[in-house]
Amino acid sequence: MGNLFKIAARNLLRYKRRTMLTASLITVGVVFVLVFISVSGSFKNMMIWQITDSMLGHMQVHRKGYVASIENLPLTMNLKPEEVKRLEDLLDKQSEVEAYSPRIKFGGGFSNFAETTNIRLNGVYPEREFKTVPLLASRIIEGKKSIEKGEIVVPVLLAKGMNVNMGDTVVIVTTNKDGSVNGKQFKVAGILESAVGPGGRDGYIHIEDARELLRMDEMEISEIAVRLKEFGGLSRFNEKLMGLLSKDLNSQGKPAFEVHTWETLSPFYNIAKMIDVMTFFIKLMLIAIVLISIMNVMIMAVYERIREIGTIAAIGTLPGKILSMFVIEGFCLGIVGALIGNIVGVSIILVLNLLKIKFNFAQQTGLLLVAKITPSDLIFISVTVIIVSVIASLQPAFKASRMEPIEALRHV
Amino acid sequence: MSLISAENIQKEYKTGEVTVKALKGLSFEIEPASFVSFVGPSGSGKTTLLNLIGCLDKPTDGKLTVAGTDVLHLDRKESASFRGNNIGFIFQDFNLLPVLTVYENIEYPLLMVQSVPVTERNKRVNALLEAVGMTEQRNKYPDQISGGQKQRVAVARALVTNPKLVLADEPTANLDHKTAYMVIDLMKKMRDEFKTTFIFSTHDQKIVGEAEIIYSLEDGELKGRDVKKGVGNG
Repeated sequence: MGNLFKIAARNLLRYKRRTMLTASLITVGVVFVLVFISVSGSFKNMMIWQITDSMLGHMQVHRKGYVASIENLPLTMNLKPEEVKRLEDLLDKQSEVEAYSPRIKFGGGFSNFAETTNIRLNGVYPEREFKTVPLLASRIIEGKKSIEKGEIVVPVLLAKGMNVNMGDTVVIVTTNKDGSVNGKQFKVAGILESAVGPGGRDGYIHIEDARELLRMDEMEISEIAVRLKEFGGLSRFNEKLMGLLSKDLNSQGKPAFEVHTWETLSPFYNIAKMIDVMTFFIKLMLIAIVLISIMNVMIMAVYERIREIGTIAAIGTLPGKILSMFVIEGFCLGIVGALIGNIVGVSIILVLNLLKIKFNFAQQTGLLLVAKITPSDLIFISVTVIIVSVIASLQPAFKASRMEPIEALRHV
Repeated sequence: MSLISAENIQKEYKTGEVTVKALKGLSFEIEPASFVSFVGPSGSGKTTLLNLIGCLDKPTDGKLTVAGTDVLHLDRKESASFRGNNIGFIFQDFNLLPVLTVYENIEYPLLMVQSVPVTERNKRVNALLEAVGMTEQRNKYPDQISGGQKQRVAVARALVTNPKLVLADEPTANLDHKTAYMVIDLMKKMRDEFKTTFIFSTHDQKIVGEAEIIYSLEDGELKGRDVKKGVGNG
């Protein structure tokens, strides 16, 4: 086998310029794919991170049917205290869970005593909320990073639009589930930077204030947001939790709860999927580049060496060995292209990170591009290139191995 | 027992609607360790006959036995294997592999065809390098040596597997006269040393005289057989 590699390498070096051009083409393809994967992956991860760690959490648990009418924030579909207790007991026992935060979500009127507008509010236990969505604290651009009773954190666009500043008193008016209206004064304790996605322009108050405002006799919860220790284990834990909750049935004999990951709660999941689809097509392009360039060079190699093929066949070289000789040439080209591509690609990614490039995502500006490539990506791309190189060499190699020595020797 | 036995072998080629009879019923026998030449003008069938004997092609009709094997019924893989173990080839254009050194070219059949162990390979290649006087050029590539030297390397490559038969199609056609004689002398010397049968084709009358048995071909027919005095049944 070593001798076949030696002969293949020498044959490739025989046509240095052509070999270099083909290897360069593969290298450029690999570099392009690696840089695209790392940059788009960075953007995708940043987007997911912003969405999950700013508002949504990794996943949420609701009463069955709540998400279908989530835009209305229906108070009638809140979780009852015994259901909340059941969920909290269950979540406390799960080793995968890092934190969870019960929320009361509702809509109301926001008044500065001069004018009134709509607002969506989250009543939360501040400490639990900050643990479940850690970026929330960093979104508070003015004021302290906590919410006391009687305080409200207002989204920046609303604050600007209503000319509300820190320390101002505002009134929240809302309708409780029985239809009666109630109002309560709050002191503006924080201004919150907007974020993309559902909940990105919500205000925050303490959960006890929300209960009081909504005149709840007992604590009813709209949702429980959950944060996992390992984001990578999300779909596995989602299935596990759904399994655990599947036995909890409501009075109609249907499941009492529904579990959703961020993917089903945020429209940005489609953008993430689109990035995956684009990555897939970029990979397909790489395969096409490798396939065409290797096949082209191997067809040329066979055509140029017909007499040599005739000679080695006449001497007694078996067809399988002739086939191997050419396949190994393609294999070597693939290896060289993949190797150089990996080195150049990783170097470019390092340089991109050193340059500290910043980009904007919706209202969020100055996000740092952290281009990342995993060893498994490198291995996958390299193995794909090598396999495609071998496949591309097969047809010319097969043709070489099937040549009649007498005809090959006659070739001029 | 004859090394080669041909009985009424015929070879036809079809070119469109036209059928060309390249060999018209040739019968002959060649003994082991002979030094045989097939002579004749261009188109007489010399190369076609050598191709049949070398299992590179099959006769249209007749019976052909080489080294005790009826070569008519060998499939593609068996033919390759048979050639690798029994026949050495010397080509008009030398046909050395340009990416291999002199040493590696000679070594090639042992390595890639017969899978001979390294110690035995080195022994045989070095012996032949010395026999053909190419030891000093062992690390040179074919484009770094002369035509005569290339053909000496080709002779060594043909003999390295200890074949029963070496076929040489116009081995001196691309060499000057002096070098051509040297190559024929070398082939004879190798025949004497290794007892290998050499069959070569040529149309050079001076070189023909070097053969011990001469078959004359004309229009695909055997026109005569000359045997030098003191050789076999001549």
